[in-house]
Amino acid sequence: MACLIFTESAFFSIFLVAYLFYTGKSAAGPQPAEVLDLPVLATICLLSSSGTIAVALRALAADRMARFLVAFGITIALGLAFLGFTAQEWQRLIYVDGLTLRTNLFGTTFYSLVGFHAAHVLLGVLMMTTVAILALSGRLSSAHAPRVELVGWYWHFVDVVWLAVLTVVYVLGR
Amino acid sequence: MSNADLPLDASVEGAPPISWTDHLHGWVATVDHKRLGVLYVASGLVFLLVGGTQASMMRMQLFFAGNDLLSPEVFNRFFTVHGTTMVFFVGMPIIIGIANYLLPLMIGARDMAFPRLNAWGFWMFLFGALLFYFSYLGADGLYGAGTAPDVGWFAYSPLTGKAFSRGNSTDYWVLGILIAGFGSISAAINMIATTLTLRCRGMTLSRMPLFVWMMLVVSWLILVAMGPLTAAQVMLLFDRFLGAHFFDTQAGGDAVLWQHFFWFFGHPEVYILIIPGFAYASEIIPVFSRKVIFGYPVMVAATCAIGLLSLGVWAHHMFVVGLSKGVTTWFVVATMLVGVPTGIKIFNWIGTIYGGKLHFRVPMLFCTAFLFQFLIAGLTGIMLAAAPFDWQLSDSYFVVAHFHYVLIGGLVFTIFAAIYYWFPKVTGRMLSERLGRWHFWLFVVGFQMTFTTMHAQGLLGMPRRIYTYAADRDWEIWNQITTAGVLFQALGVLFFLAAIVHALRRGAPAGDDPWNAWTLEWSTSSPPPEYNFGEEPEVKSRRPLWDLKHPDDPDWRHE
Repeated sequence: MACLIFTESAFFSIFLVAYLFYTGKSAAGPQPAEVLDLPVLATICLLSSSGTIAVALRALAADRMARFLVAFGITIALGLAFLGFTAQEWQRLIYVDGLTLRTNLFGTTFYSLVGFHAAHVLLGVLMMTTVAILALSGRLSSAHAPRVELVGWYWHFVDVVWLAVLTVVYVLGR
Repeated sequence: MSNADLPLDASVEGAPPISWTDHLHGWVATVDHKRLGVLYVASGLVFLLVGGTQASMMRMQLFFAGNDLLSPEVFNRFFTVHGTTMVFFVGMPIIIGIANYLLPLMIGARDMAFPRLNAWGFWMFLFGALLFYFSYLGADGLYGAGTAPDVGWFAYSPLTGKAFSRGNSTDYWVLGILIAGFGSISAAINMIATTLTLRCRGMTLSRMPLFVWMMLVVSWLILVAMGPLTAAQVMLLFDRFLGAHFFDTQAGGDAVLWQHFFWFFGHPEVYILIIPGFAYASEIIPVFSRKVIFGYPVMVAATCAIGLLSLGVWAHHMFVVGLSKGVTTWFVVATMLVGVPTGIKIFNWIGTIYGGKLHFRVPMLFCTAFLFQFLIAGLTGIMLAAAPFDWQLSDSYFVVAHFHYVLIGGLVFTIFAAIYYWFPKVTGRMLSERLGRWHFWLFVVGFQMTFTTMHAQGLLGMPRRIYTYAADRDWEIWNQITTAGVLFQALGVLFFLAAIVHALRRGAPAGDDPWNAWTLEWSTSSPPPEYNFGEEPEVKSRRPLWDLKHPDDPDWRHE
């Protein structure tokens, strides 16, 4: 998993480099400063979910299944909330501001970078949902804790990537 | 190819003979690292023949000035498909396959860490390669333009834009490599996990065979390099299908950015391919010199240094693009620095040979040629690293000569050495020494004729990738020597195939340890049983078999 995260980091850094490289080079259309707002709520959701999944994993290791399910459920909900905020943002960008992948370089790099991150969040939510279903059907115990731990690693990684995306897109890029 | 002739594993011995469908099913559904290794290498060799045929066709076209055997369009497709095939579908599977087979054996493990991921990686590679080749049939797309990819193996933008590359040929290039790349990443993850977690008792990191060390560095490089290539290719797909503007200069995109991204993958890729060559040489040279490898810790350090430096040299492929002075200087210096650890390695191999009791069997012959050829490859590399020299010779046959010296003179020669060396372990049969010598001498003469003369063509100003040339440029005689060399190489490869067929039919039995070697893979039977080792070996030094054979003077007293 550590290796996978490593190579994924290389993947994302290329998209980050492309975004930085093309910042302010868009020939026409909406510029980042005009249309982007700092996604405070989304960030809070995603970052706090890293805390809740840590609580959940500790509960699983201690075989406290109820506590695990609650914390894990909250994590999934926070992930979904993050995706909801992203969807809301994209809805506004596309239909109100008229920014799409084709509009200009900002659109191209913005949607591909943020989109790939959102896809990873979605994948994380799906992984966690699978684990949650297994837990609800009673097929999960503390013996599986080391494996579920890897889902946690992945989730923390998605969080860290978001910090990088946030810095590049919403702070430096504006 | 020859898989069906391989002996079955011990578990089915004594059982009634199984039908060929069961046999095939065994190979298709296998998760055994040894069988997957054989599959990797065998399919890599098949693609080597395919890519070699394309190269021979191109050389025939260039035999006469103004020849019209191949049309310009076909020539463009051939050099693109040849380059892509040799790098992604020959080099990668063979190095991964050999490591797949040997790595667990060398560290005393029973399989790779993730056997099923291992099988997944192989099939991803194979179907990626087949998808790429399907472009010959399917790339017409809806627009009826183009068959195979013709944009060169590094697919420079804007040539890959929708306007200049119609039809779907470029998309097949992207998707074939993308899918094969997932296979490479999974293999790299697997090799790292295996090396770090499955070593047998006593096998500390500082006692691992150099082969394992070097494959560890290679795996790490695959992880660093493949992600960016995937990202750049995804961007290209976005450009082509979704109308994005990453490399679209009309909307402010930048074609040079593709070059940066591609070579940020492309240069580490060169080291991904050549370091395994070092790995085979570092195992074979000591055994045939009857001496311990000279400077083991320095070899490990030099490998890590090459791995790190390779990440900071990519723009030396781009000197003619017009980089700024500072950037050019940085990449010149960084590239020259790579010469230091590489030189250390060459000195260490020579140091190993020096004073040794040399046995010039076929693997050692190939390794000796490798030392000379790789030295020349390194020297022309240093020449090309000097930016003013590169401005003159970039995209000429001099560059073609340089990288074929690296990849054939370096990698292919050591791959042949490795196959002659480890074939007895894989099949239990020896490859014929006589046929092997024919193979070696034909191949080495052909190689020199083909690629040494290419330096001259380059200095005379012949650009790469041209499909023909005018008679008054004085290039014809050089091209004819080059093409004649291909004939020798092809004959050499025929002897190689003959040696394999001969060995599988009537080869002399090899025994467990035909070369009197020292690493763990020779301690089990040939071919090894499915579980590799009956009981977990225990290691006390870098040469566990030496310790077994010489209990009076074991290595661990000296290390």
